[in-house]
Amino acid sequence: MSPLRCFLRTPEAVAGAILLAALIAMALSAALLFPGDPQAIAGPALLPPFQDWSLPLGTDRLGRDVLAELFHGARTSLAVGLAAAAAALAIGSVVGTLAGFAGGLVDEVLMRITDAFQTVPGFLLALAFVSVVGPSLGIVVIAIALGTWPGPARVARAEVLSIRERDYVAGARVIGMHPLAIAFREVLPNALPPVLAMSSVIVAAAILTEAALSFLGLGDPNRVTWGGMIAEGRAVLRTAPFLSIVPGIALVLTVLGVYLAGEGIVETTAVRRGLS
Amino acid sequence: MTRALTLLRRRLVGSIFVLLIVIVGTFLLLEAAPGDAVDAYMVSTGGDAGMIELLRHRWGLDQSELTRLANYLWALLHLDLGQSVTFSRPIRDVILERLPTTLLLMVSATALSFGLGSALGVYAGARPGSFRDRLLSIGSLALYAVPGFWLGLVLIVVFAVDLRWLPIGGIETLASDKTGLDRAADIATHLILPVSALGFIYLALYLRMMRAGMAEVWRQDFVLAARAKGLSRRRIVLAHVARNALLPLVTMLGLQSAQMLGGSVVIESVFSVPGLGRLAQEAVAARDTPLLLGIILTSAVLVIVINLLVDIAYAFLDPRVGAGEAGT
Repeated sequence: MSPLRCFLRTPEAVAGAILLAALIAMALSAALLFPGDPQAIAGPALLPPFQDWSLPLGTDRLGRDVLAELFHGARTSLAVGLAAAAAALAIGSVVGTLAGFAGGLVDEVLMRITDAFQTVPGFLLALAFVSVVGPSLGIVVIAIALGTWPGPARVARAEVLSIRERDYVAGARVIGMHPLAIAFREVLPNALPPVLAMSSVIVAAAILTEAALSFLGLGDPNRVTWGGMIAEGRAVLRTAPFLSIVPGIALVLTVLGVYLAGEGIVETTAVRRGLS
Repeated sequence: MTRALTLLRRRLVGSIFVLLIVIVGTFLLLEAAPGDAVDAYMVSTGGDAGMIELLRHRWGLDQSELTRLANYLWALLHLDLGQSVTFSRPIRDVILERLPTTLLLMVSATALSFGLGSALGVYAGARPGSFRDRLLSIGSLALYAVPGFWLGLVLIVVFAVDLRWLPIGGIETLASDKTGLDRAADIATHLILPVSALGFIYLALYLRMMRAGMAEVWRQDFVLAARAKGLSRRRIVLAHVARNALLPLVTMLGLQSAQMLGGSVVIESVFSVPGLGRLAQEAVAARDTPLLLGIILTSAVLVIVINLLVDIAYAFLDPRVGAGEAGT
C-alpha cells in the first residue's frame, strides 16, 4: 500500500490534514483577501457577527475587522509555531548527538544543562527571556525554542547511543573520518526519525505557548495574534464574549489539526517500517 | 531501604549541579537586562550622578562580572534574593507570601487531572478499541488542544457571568471576615474554576498515558495467567492491568510539575489569583527583572523537590527500582 493511501485510510488523519490545509490556505490568502493593515479601523466598534456581510464576524472594541484579524493571526501562529519547532528540533538533535556520541564529561555536562532547562518551567523562561530582550517575532521564536529543545535532545541522545556502536560507524572511524564529521554526517541523519516523530507535538505546544505569551501582552506588538485577540476581547467579556471565543476556537482547531495529521504521519511511517 | 537512600543521594548531588546551572543562567539573564538595580532605584527616588556612583560602589555593581556572580551565589546561600524595587521589600518575603496559593492551586489541579484522568484512562483501556475507548481518545485529544487560558475565559463566561454560580476571580471574598471552615469553603469555591481550567488540560495527558500503558500490559503473560486462573474481568482490569500501568504516570507527575507551574502563570492571571504566577506577570509588567529571576529560581527549586519526592515514592511503589543501580 502506498503511504498516501495508508494515511488516507484513517479518518482522524484525514480530518487533521483538512484542518491543516484550511489553516495554511488562511495564512497564505490573508494578504490577498484582506490587503492593508488588519489593525486598521474597518467599521463601527463592537459590531456583532453575522450582521453586516462586509464584516461577517463583526468588529472588536476598536472597530477592527475580526475576520481579517483571524486570517492574519493564522499567519503569525503558523510561522511562530513552525519556526520555534524547527529551532527546538535543530538545537535538540545537535546537543543530543554531541552528548551521545562524545560520551564522558561532554555528555555529563550537556545532559546536566538539559536537566537545568527542564527544571525551569518553560513558560516562565520564555516570559523572562522576552521581557528582558524585548518582544519581536524572532525573540518569541527563540524564547519558545529555549523551553522546548530538551525533549528532542534526550530522544536524539538515546538514539545516538545505540547507533554509535554500529558497524558503519566503526568503518567511518577506520577510514580516518573526523569524529565531528562522523557525528553529524553519519550518526545524526540516522538518529533523526524518532526525533522528527515528536515534531507535531512540538509544533502544537509552540503554537499554544505563542498564544499564551501574546495573551499576556508579550507578543510582537506589530502583528495580529490570536492570543492577543483573546486578551483584547477579555476587556468586554461580559458584553461581547464572542471576541474572545472565536480566536480561541481557531486555536483549538489548529492545534487539533496538527496533532491529528502528525499522528497519522507517524502511524503511516511506523506501518511502513513494520512491513519492510 | 539503603538502596532507596543511595538512589536519593545520587539524585541530590545531580540536583545541586542542575541548580548551579540554573543560577548561572539567571545571573546571565539578569546581566543581559537593560539597566541595573541602581537605575531601577533611581527611577523611583531620583538622584544625581554622584549618588549613582556611590550606590553602584556600595552595592558592588562596579566590580567584575565574576566577583558579582560570586556575590550573587553568596547571597543565595543565605537565601537572600535581593530587594524588589516594585514592592520595596525583600524578594524572598514577597515570594514566600505568594507561594502557598500557587501550591494549593497546583496540588488541587494535579489531584483533579491525575485522579479523573487515570480513572477515565482505566475506563477506556478496559475495553481497547470499543466505542467508549475511541470516544474518550478523541475527546482527550481535543481537550489537549485547548489553551488553558482560553478554557478559563470560557468557564468564566458560562459559570460566573451567565449562570452566576461561581465567583469570577480572586482567591477569597475580600473583607468578609470569614474564619475557619467558612473561609476554607469560600476559598474552595473560588478555586473551582481556576483548578478546572488548569487541571483539565493535563487530565487528557494522564488519560492517554493510562490508556496506552494498559494496552501494553494487556499483552503481558501475567494477564494471560490471571485469565487462566478464571479471575473476573473487573478484577483483572483493576488489580493487574491498571495497577501496573499506573507506575509510569507517577513519573509523569514529577516531569509535569514544571509545565504546570508555567501553566499556572496564565491561569492565575486570568482568574486574578494572587499566586506566584500572577507575581511573575506583575514583575514582567513592572520590568522588575530581579523579582522575575527570583521566581524562576524558586520554581526550579520547587520542581527539583517535587521530582525528588516522586523518586522516593516510586522507589517504595516499585521494588525493582534501583536494584541494578545500587551496586554502582
